[in-house]
Amino acid sequence: MNPIHAQNARDPYAPLLAIDGLEVEFRTAEGTVNAVRGVDLELRPGEVLGIVGESGSGKSVTAMAAMGLLPRSASVRGSVRFRGEELLHLRERQLMPFRGKAISMIFQDPMTSLNPVYSVGWQIVEAIRAHQDVSKEEALQISIELLRKVGIPNPEDRVANYPHEFSGGMRQRVVIAIAIANNPEVILADEPTTALDVTVQAQVLDTLRTALEMTHAALLLITHDLGVIAGIADRVLVMYAGRPVEIGTVDEIFYNPSMPYTLGLLGSLPRVDTDGSEKLRPIPGSPPSMIGKPTGCPFAPRCPLAADVCQEREPELAPVNAQTPSHLAACHFTKQAHDRGISLFIATSVDLDSASENLATTAPGSASSKAPGSEELRAPGPGNYVLAEGLSPAGPGGYETAPDGHEGSGATGPADGEETTP
Amino acid sequence: MARRWKKAAVGNESSNPTAAGRDFKRRRLGRLPRAGSETRHIGDEHGLSGDVRKQWQIVLGRFVRQPRAMVSLGLFALLGIGSTLAGLFWHYSYLDLTNQIATFGHGGPSFQHPFGVDTIGHDLFAQVMEGTKEDVQTALLVAAISSLIGTTIGALAGYFRSWVDTILMRFTDFILAVPLLAILAVLGNLAARQSGSWFWVAIIIGVLAWTYVARLVRADFLSLRERDFVEAARAIGASNRRIIIRHLLPNALGPIIVNATLTVANAIILESTLSYLGLGIQPPEVSLGSLIAAGEGDTTTFWWLFVFPAAFIVVMILCVNFIGDGLREAFDPRKTRVRV
Repeated sequence: MNPIHAQNARDPYAPLLAIDGLEVEFRTAEGTVNAVRGVDLELRPGEVLGIVGESGSGKSVTAMAAMGLLPRSASVRGSVRFRGEELLHLRERQLMPFRGKAISMIFQDPMTSLNPVYSVGWQIVEAIRAHQDVSKEEALQISIELLRKVGIPNPEDRVANYPHEFSGGMRQRVVIAIAIANNPEVILADEPTTALDVTVQAQVLDTLRTALEMTHAALLLITHDLGVIAGIADRVLVMYAGRPVEIGTVDEIFYNPSMPYTLGLLGSLPRVDTDGSEKLRPIPGSPPSMIGKPTGCPFAPRCPLAADVCQEREPELAPVNAQTPSHLAACHFTKQAHDRGISLFIATSVDLDSASENLATTAPGSASSKAPGSEELRAPGPGNYVLAEGLSPAGPGGYETAPDGHEGSGATGPADGEETTP
Repeated sequence: MARRWKKAAVGNESSNPTAAGRDFKRRRLGRLPRAGSETRHIGDEHGLSGDVRKQWQIVLGRFVRQPRAMVSLGLFALLGIGSTLAGLFWHYSYLDLTNQIATFGHGGPSFQHPFGVDTIGHDLFAQVMEGTKEDVQTALLVAAISSLIGTTIGALAGYFRSWVDTILMRFTDFILAVPLLAILAVLGNLAARQSGSWFWVAIIIGVLAWTYVARLVRADFLSLRERDFVEAARAIGASNRRIIIRHLLPNALGPIIVNATLTVANAIILESTLSYLGLGIQPPEVSLGSLIAAGEGDTTTFWWLFVFPAAFIVVMILCVNFIGDGLREAFDPRKTRVRV
């Protein structure tokens, strides 16, 4: 073991979970999929680290690797240590004491992560008794307390209910109750709010916060929702194509993003702190195939700053500037990216005013008589289709109709509110 | 049980947690904020065993609501229990030779011999009852043995996959490729001559008839093992054995039980076939198959020798099939009937 880590074992701020050089490959018929290509991260006691990235960026695989839950077909290299103890090459039986006790996990879909044939009480009791030497009766009472803590009303009655008798949000609370049943030191949450109704997401995030307060656990929160990250995380790690491309505190990432991909993510997020006339700035193109190893920066094909060097050499994570050593980005043009901000990407659409002008000039007949406004644009008539074609490539769609608008604003709203109230 | 919790919760407003429970909570969950309200005493000495019953009650309720399945179950139970009781209380034993024999125009059903007598004077009612009893026993034992072996092999193959799956499934293929009837004939004959009883015949059929169950359970496990709750169970530190037995098996129980029922029907047919061929249960023991074989030559003259045993076989198999349908319906109401 690295002597530095041995030394850290006595330090109360030593990382609970340390991942070094994690690489995960899946061999498939089409070729080797490099799902994770070198992740280094440290999770300290009580810290919330958010991992963001789009589907296929390796976020979930990283968490699964940390728990040893990857299928045997995956080849995993690198190191995952819990309090300095290497977990990666432990056998299933040796991992069992860690799972649920040291590190527990919250899954994405509460509809499927509970066993349909057992009551929720049974499932929490199972989790408790997997690591604690208590009677079923005692475990049942703890279960009821846990359910009460995660905000299930009438836990005495609900403990005997089956998962199908709960709503999605309530089930996710049960999943959280199971995750904290053994006072874990690390909780891995893999998209805990993604499968939920927007109105429930904020409640579940609150429950997650309560769970953290109760257990003082560190949280590794995986999500693609920057709104969730902004509300709960201390630090953020942005992943792209299986590698971290930017890491820093929440403020550093949200106020000083320095990697074009991060800028793209932020630019495509609707903001509730503006008047709504801001245009979204999507990232063009789609993520690269993970089969085979890329030469150069995997983001280069989608990046407005891409230059020759980007095609040749993949940039390493490096401090953005000397003053903030905690803020790292992997880009050859960190400074330019930082200076240009989200204007790096082209705005998606004409805004509403010019849309209505164009509506009057390009759309024939009935369309021109309609009053311009977002209501019209959300339910396009035949005239608006003409409009959309005429203004190619950008279609009508501003703030209101952005597909992620509701989700993001719903999740950030309560979170922002909470920060102002002590 | 679920109800009992509720009752306890309602009836116990005056806060009566066990002292041990309270201490335990302080010790283990010291970091958790204490609940403002009093803790109600909920648990009982039977722990959580009743939970599964609630699920069972749902299945049972759906089963009970199907008249055909219920009638079949009643009839099958009547046949099983009735034949056993008849062996004890009927005024002839199946081995007794009566003073009547079947001759032209004589020996048919009468008050003394409801099913008539055979050509050497056995009371056919006693014989059919004995045959029915042996058939039911054989079939139930076959279903139990084949379900046990098939479920174990299928579960292991489906859960572990890779080389475990390969070895177990090639073994299953091998058993499938073996001409069942021929092997049963040879082994059954040997076993029957050794001990002459239904028990050994049942064991031999059971040991060879599990292949279908194994494939069924394997297929079920292959899909169940990918479900998120399995991953969740691993994430709380559950062992493979625990996941297989406590998490996957209850989810696969429906098809296993339905199939066990149909195995009962198959076993009756197989056993009758063997006995008909003279390879199963050996005289002086009787089974319905051997009775049919014995009566076959005289079908045109002494119809009762053939009709009664055959009717009992048909009724039993129909009953078992209807029970199987009812169970399938009860376990999975969305699935429509597969049988034609």
